[in-house]
Amino acid sequence: MSFTPHTPEEIREMLATIGVGSIDDLFRPIPKELRARSFDLPPGISEFEMMARLQEMAAQNGHVVPFVGGGYYDHVIPAAVDHLAGRSEFYTAYTPYQPEISQGSLQALFEYQSAICRLTSLESSNASLYDGGTALAEAAMMALRVTGRDRVILDGAINPFHRAIVRTYLANLPVEIVELPPVNGMLDRQSLDGMLDGRCAAVMVQNPTFFGCVADYSDLAAQVHKSGALLVSSVYAVSLGLLKTPGEMGVDIAVGDGQSLGNHLSFGGPAFGFIAAKKQYIRNMPGRIVGETVDREGRRGFVLTLQAREQHIKRHKATSNICSNQSLCALRGLIFLVSLGKRGLVELARLNRDNAEYAKRALAAVRGVSIPFGGPTFNEFSIRLPKRADDVVASLLQRGIAAGVPLGSYYPGEENSLVVTVTEKRSKAEIDLLARELEGAL
Amino acid sequence: MKLVYEISVDGRKGVRLPASDVPAATPLPGEFLRAEPAGLPELSELDVVRHYTQLSRRNVGVDTTFYPLGSCTMKYNPKALEEGARLFLPFHPMIGLLPGGEALAQGSLATLYHVGDLLEEITGMDAVTCQPMAGAHGEMTGIMLIAAYHKAKGNKKKYVIVPDSSHGTNPASAAMVGYQVVTIPTAPYGDMDLEAFKAALNSEVAAVMMTCPNTLGLFNPHIKEICDLAHGVDALVYYDGANLNAILGQMRPGDVGFDVVHVNLHKTFGTPHGSGGPGSGPVGVKKALIPFLPAPRVVRRKDGGFTLAADNPQSIGRTANFFGNFGIIARAYAYILMLGREGLIEVSERAVLNANYVMSRLKDLYDLPFDQTCMHECVFSASRQMQHDIHAIDIAKFLIDKGFHPPTVYFPMIVKEAMMIEPTETESKATLDAFVDAMREAAELAEKDPAALKRAPVTTPISRLDETKAAREQNVCFA
Repeated sequence: MSFTPHTPEEIREMLATIGVGSIDDLFRPIPKELRARSFDLPPGISEFEMMARLQEMAAQNGHVVPFVGGGYYDHVIPAAVDHLAGRSEFYTAYTPYQPEISQGSLQALFEYQSAICRLTSLESSNASLYDGGTALAEAAMMALRVTGRDRVILDGAINPFHRAIVRTYLANLPVEIVELPPVNGMLDRQSLDGMLDGRCAAVMVQNPTFFGCVADYSDLAAQVHKSGALLVSSVYAVSLGLLKTPGEMGVDIAVGDGQSLGNHLSFGGPAFGFIAAKKQYIRNMPGRIVGETVDREGRRGFVLTLQAREQHIKRHKATSNICSNQSLCALRGLIFLVSLGKRGLVELARLNRDNAEYAKRALAAVRGVSIPFGGPTFNEFSIRLPKRADDVVASLLQRGIAAGVPLGSYYPGEENSLVVTVTEKRSKAEIDLLARELEGAL
Repeated sequence: MKLVYEISVDGRKGVRLPASDVPAATPLPGEFLRAEPAGLPELSELDVVRHYTQLSRRNVGVDTTFYPLGSCTMKYNPKALEEGARLFLPFHPMIGLLPGGEALAQGSLATLYHVGDLLEEITGMDAVTCQPMAGAHGEMTGIMLIAAYHKAKGNKKKYVIVPDSSHGTNPASAAMVGYQVVTIPTAPYGDMDLEAFKAALNSEVAAVMMTCPNTLGLFNPHIKEICDLAHGVDALVYYDGANLNAILGQMRPGDVGFDVVHVNLHKTFGTPHGSGGPGSGPVGVKKALIPFLPAPRVVRRKDGGFTLAADNPQSIGRTANFFGNFGIIARAYAYILMLGREGLIEVSERAVLNANYVMSRLKDLYDLPFDQTCMHECVFSASRQMQHDIHAIDIAKFLIDKGFHPPTVYFPMIVKEAMMIEPTETESKATLDAFVDAMREAAELAEKDPAALKRAPVTTPISRLDETKAAREQNVCFA
């Protein structure tokens, strides 16, 4: 079964039109000695057998109550998101190269870009990147291009996976990455002071930090700009229902994971990364951008624009190699945002913080548990235990709770700490259970 | 159509969130808060549903329309793939990375492992990473692996060779990894000029990136020689899998001598394109490159279970947040399981049959710059129609009015007024005939009534758009 429609009679007719005797003749351009030496695959099965196989495999996964984040968050997703993104006019289309028959995708992506701009208080956005980590790497490369400098400073309080991606992306380029170990879960401002010189292209931070700490980078932005560098901030989309925005702080490029906006956890993907920037940097933006224009009759329409930045035109001089992005996931993000609406997003953010604050108090009340960083947090926070967090998390997993992300693997010296995430989906009963189980495990 | 922001009504609400059963938190100090809520619209659920349903009707996809977009392999996306992937939606990727968490992620890890395993056999490679999230991401990952290989061997390499018929992503990916790109012209026989290649090849060449069949839809008979010559100077050869659909079960890059391969699951393995993504671009490598593969890697334990290997110190590191576009990988797994060995071989057979059939039926009316048996796609030129001031774009727009998505136009750049037609294996003779009829009608109109072609499309909600205005005004966000 290959979903091919040809009957033997049709194949005969087609071969006759082509003027060859068999399909095999069409493969004559492949020299005999280059033909496949093996193609040892199992025979095909029906979709029903396939579903049974996948159901069996999915059943090998375990369900736990997740108090983990790490960039991906367990949020509600309205049913309309799945249904609308499941319209096959959207999901079986390609990149909208032919605008007259792609206004659906193009207008939706324009609306998406507008939503990201409104969320971040910045003036330009592209039509999505792969994920938050690769978006951070693209932002680093963008800042290097904009400034013509050769060093980026990475705050160690940025998601360690995202920092790892930046290191991978920049590894072969003549640039230097300086990673500043965090102080109290945040950027080490004192060490940074001496480093803002003429080589520094960007200072890269995250809000809230990987430890959950909420920051206001307004004065940092002023300091960074004085040195001629750009301030890049990774942000958690849902937190922007409440938190001061990158634009309000003076951030030049904001990036983040869009998963929290209507995309399923799906073991890490697909979701999307977003990137927004001050308008003056739009020509250095990576990836597709949708712009507004008019048709021959003067009616508003949307097209892919500023394509002279892109690989299919500029080849090795392009701003990025990205071609396929994560459009359908960006569409999900858009539908999520407009479904919640202006007040809904604020309410969602508030629910997250309320739950997390309650959990913070409940966990701090457990004997031996302390809260290492006193500052404000959003929906995740660090706790310190009297023993190794790895052991405690492993034992709570056995009891059906993912208590948090232990920090020891990412921050030497923090072996007893973990970051706990509490979204709006966690009930008081689940939080109380976490506190009880934690007490039992210590 | 109005924008979603233009239909907002103050005070309207679409989603009721779960009630809180904890006390409200003390508000954050003002300096940490945004000044006012984000300017999102206020709509009922029906408002949202109707808006996006109507927008969807201003789109065409494979489900509505024949979509012979060359190089993009717009085949039918079987519905069961969507259902298969749905089974894995609730699983948090972080769980698999927690101490003791692998036991709770065995199904997901097994999926990644098995897809890698199947792709190894399909491509003839020794190991596969599923982390790259698109074809270009796979290319970049592949070139990084090659860079790591050379670095480990102490090789001093500066250049990556690409033919001028390559996808733009090839040179762009090589440049992102810090290499200088050397472009080799296409010879009159339709493949990379072998003599020019030999002249460009030297000990400072890190890699040669080949698409085979190439973007003209032609199989390069010198491909093995190219691999051997490259290996002679310790350059590695990269296989761009964009056109893998043509050779499934017929030829395996690994057998021929390629060292690194990327595969586009969204082209060859039936997963949908999503209006531009998400895709997935797994990368396969030969043994010598395994130590450099991205972290984390899924491996099989002796007891049959699956685990994440300790990060190899030589690994290029991470290229994605977690494990790549897992949901797309799961769809491809469903596709490969359903088609099986015979089905996958049939894919390449019927794809090549369909492309040659379309080519045969059109070559009397359109110029065919490289007139030979093609593989999965054929590239015509509208140069004959240019005598009447008709360009590829005019023919494309006319096809829209006839109910077809146009072929890829103006690519590959080495063909003037290119029209690149890739029918794929899932289209019937009747559909191809109707498309051929429309193409023939366009050729006739080019001679008799070119103005009619210039007017097209007239059946769409909007007519041709002013792209210059869009680029000049840069209005990318609703004010």
